[in-house]
Amino acid sequence: MIQAILVFNNHGKPRLVRFYQRFPEEIQQQIVRETFHLVLKRDDNICNFLEGGSLIGGSDYKLIYRHYATLYFVFCVDSSESELGILDLIQVFVETLDKCFENVCELDLIFHMDKVHYILQEVVMGGMVLETNMNEIVAQMEAQSRLEKSENFPVTLHLSTR
Amino acid sequence: MPAPIRLRELIRTIRTARTQAEEREMIQKECAAIRSSFREEDNTYRCRNVAKLLYMHMLGYPAHFGQLECLKLIASQKFTDKRIGYLGAMLLLDERQDVHLLMTNCIKNDLNHSTQFVQGLALCTLGCMGSSEMCRDLAGEVEKLLKTSNSYLRKKAALCAVHVIRKVPELMEMFLPATKNLLNEKNHGVLHTSVVLLTEMCERSPDMLAHFRKNEKLVPQLVRILKNLIMSGYSPEHDVSGISDPFLQVRILRLLRILGRNDDDSSEAMNDILAQVATNTETSKNVGNAILYETVLTIMDIKSESGLRVLAINILGRFLLNNDKNIRYVALTSLLKTVQTDHNAVQRHRSTIVDCLKDLDVSIKRRAMELSFALVNGNNIRGMMKELLYFLDSCEPEFKADCASGIFLAAEKYAPSKRWHIDTIMRVLTTAGSYVRDDAVPNLIQLITNSVEMHAYTVQRLYKAILGDYSQQPLVQVAAWCIGEYGDLLVSGQCEEEEPIQVTEDEVLDILESVLISNMSTSVTRGYALTAIMKLSTRFTCTVNRIKKVVSIYGSSIDVELQQRAVEYNALFKKYDHMRSALLERMPVMEKVTTNGPTEIVQTNGETEPAPLETKPPPSGPQPTSQANDLLDLLGGNDITPVIPTAPTSKPASAGGELLDLLGDITLTGAPTAAPTPASVPQISQPSFLLDGLSSQPLFNDITTGIPSITAYSKNGLKIEFTFERSNTNPSVTVITIQASNSTELDMTDFVFQAAVPKTFQLQLLSPSSSIVPAFNTGTITQVIKVLNPQKQQLRMRIKLTYNHKGSAMQDLAEVNNFPPQSWQ
Repeated sequence: MIQAILVFNNHGKPRLVRFYQRFPEEIQQQIVRETFHLVLKRDDNICNFLEGGSLIGGSDYKLIYRHYATLYFVFCVDSSESELGILDLIQVFVETLDKCFENVCELDLIFHMDKVHYILQEVVMGGMVLETNMNEIVAQMEAQSRLEKSENFPVTLHLSTR
Repeated sequence: MPAPIRLRELIRTIRTARTQAEEREMIQKECAAIRSSFREEDNTYRCRNVAKLLYMHMLGYPAHFGQLECLKLIASQKFTDKRIGYLGAMLLLDERQDVHLLMTNCIKNDLNHSTQFVQGLALCTLGCMGSSEMCRDLAGEVEKLLKTSNSYLRKKAALCAVHVIRKVPELMEMFLPATKNLLNEKNHGVLHTSVVLLTEMCERSPDMLAHFRKNEKLVPQLVRILKNLIMSGYSPEHDVSGISDPFLQVRILRLLRILGRNDDDSSEAMNDILAQVATNTETSKNVGNAILYETVLTIMDIKSESGLRVLAINILGRFLLNNDKNIRYVALTSLLKTVQTDHNAVQRHRSTIVDCLKDLDVSIKRRAMELSFALVNGNNIRGMMKELLYFLDSCEPEFKADCASGIFLAAEKYAPSKRWHIDTIMRVLTTAGSYVRDDAVPNLIQLITNSVEMHAYTVQRLYKAILGDYSQQPLVQVAAWCIGEYGDLLVSGQCEEEEPIQVTEDEVLDILESVLISNMSTSVTRGYALTAIMKLSTRFTCTVNRIKKVVSIYGSSIDVELQQRAVEYNALFKKYDHMRSALLERMPVMEKVTTNGPTEIVQTNGETEPAPLETKPPPSGPQPTSQANDLLDLLGGNDITPVIPTAPTSKPASAGGELLDLLGDITLTGAPTAAPTPASVPQISQPSFLLDGLSSQPLFNDITTGIPSITAYSKNGLKIEFTFERSNTNPSVTVITIQASNSTELDMTDFVFQAAVPKTFQLQLLSPSSSIVPAFNTGTITQVIKVLNPQKQQLRMRIKLTYNHKGSAMQDLAEVNNFPPQSWQ
């Protein structure tokens, strides 16, 4: 099970924070900070697996992270998930973001935090992997945005066919 | 009131803040605006406000006042509102707030909504944070959706069901019928989540597991799906780096692992497919390796045939050589798990594992170190130890303590020779001396004491080691102790193992005094040094005055421990000088105590030969063996096992009692607190069951249960009677109490009673009450004998009595055959 998904930049500013287990607010922020410090220490040629920090469950949990440009994507998982599989999952998630935002960069994540959450919701639900097919996810996202748009602009333009 | 700003605006504003305080100010302003907007109950802008609130929540600011607003959004008709409302609920709400129960009705309605995306939202929220009450109420709806043909909803319903089962395990049965058709789906998303659901059910309930194995024929179904995935050609929708849906493959392999564990039939059914996956998977990318890794774990966990297991371990071995550090890490972790069960197979990869000790990555080094310790055995100890010592030299400080402890344990178990053992310890002490754990020092000292022939060599090497540098406390402690004990050997240059060095007594005292004075020495180390100096007063000849001076200086030390020691040693010099040499004599060999170091189970580490030499000390002291030999000679029988009696320990004069305490703390853990007087003889270690049966008196049958006592010997006025007791808990134990009485007019002094029994018995003689049998039957000597008779043979005994009577030494031998049957049957 995935306990938490954290995305923060090279300075530790959170860009996406999603916990699948309940922690009080202050602890959540502490966890983000602690995870950032743990991950920052890692050299680039070291493996991508870490023991979890003390706040998030210690040695029962692993932190699996990937570093893309200015962002760290960190998944905190327990032993029921395959470590190498989660690495692939992070890749799928990032590629999906890329497809949805067209060459995603940090600014996209900053200004569209809600949309990132919705995309994540299609990939991971309740701490478990829901869908890994990128095209499927993108199609669903597009359908939902169309639904939103139609609600907000109820007056449809009638194109003249004459 | 102006329209609330959009989320984008807010974010832009916040990003312009240059300090934390500025940001806090902006956020507080916006929060106030949001709060007033909420109070106005404005539907149009509610979702915008909640979005902003969620953003601020992510930055760490309180957002609880938005919880009710989320509920209002959920109740709205618009999809846009519902979407942000549900997200807010998932981020801000949890079971502990009562507010969440209000959602139940909304979710129920939305589960039946006409738009699938709304249904999806409801399922998602329920599956993330539904409480047990909510789950109970809505489980029926979820179950219905599990059977729908809409794959988008079906996969969400499956994961939601997992959450429901986690919260309310009793509802698991409810979902069972719906699972029948789940694996017939074509949609991979549904397949994936179905496998997750089945995994959860199998893990939670052994009954379910059995059901799925037998009735549902789950294994063949999974094997079929897996086969399709591997065999089918390129399918663009599920392809990840050339492999068809690796996530699903990994999931299926994991479920197969659970199904095959401890079950022969299932394991057999999956042998082929596992072999196929293991050999056919492309390993150039991470996805292929993920599948292989999962396959290996599955093979190791189920009852697979040995060929398959070897294949699995070889795959792990190949992983170890992979360039990708993640793969190496994962391989080391799994090898650590399998080293217990498939030890020999893992041994084959030992050299690769040892190479990983030199890796740059900290996590890999740690795993390699643990694995190396697990692989050490009598055959490879020399080579492995070289590598491990080199590792100890160069590794990070956080490893050194664990590595040192591991090396000590491995060396103790598998040392090929004492010299090698001592050398290894020396090496560890000198390279990582300050990281050695405190409890290792007593163990090391005991080890050194027990290698009697190595004393000179050891003390010489230790002396040389601290000559240059005495900052590493454990090293200095061990060295100080040894120098104190064996300083005479050091000075006399007796070393055979290596070139003896010329050391004068003054030089030795110099180094010990420097340790005492040094700021780097801890209080414990100083204590060791002072006691060592004191002990040298009996071993050195020309420098006793210097020692006296040093000791008297520390009589006024600020450190209370040192002061006490110095004062008492001073007293030893002044008032009790006659006892000094006896008290400070060489330590006897200590009983081996079970190490309470950081290992668990004793493993044989794949050895087939008997384990090499143990460091159990033989009981020292020439006296007992000669007495036993006497018995053998005199009695002539070789079916008799000699018994070594315990001579009464002569206690030193009570005034020296406090000094004994001092020496007591030098005798380390577990050593008997016998004062090292020449007359005392250490007890030989007895089989524990003798003592077990006699742990407390009430276990015994009293004399009233009627084993008759016998007169074992009666001659020349000396009469010895035996009374018997049997143990209730251990029927092979008999306790005999002898009473010796003297009917003559003169006392019998220096009375010693010895006994011997046939080989099938075991005997233990406890200390007698005294050594004088008073005349005229005015008193008796009592002594207790414990006899172990596991084969219930007839008890026989030969006794030997020696005493002084009427000025002459008397000695007699006799055989006792009249034991009553109740004493041994």
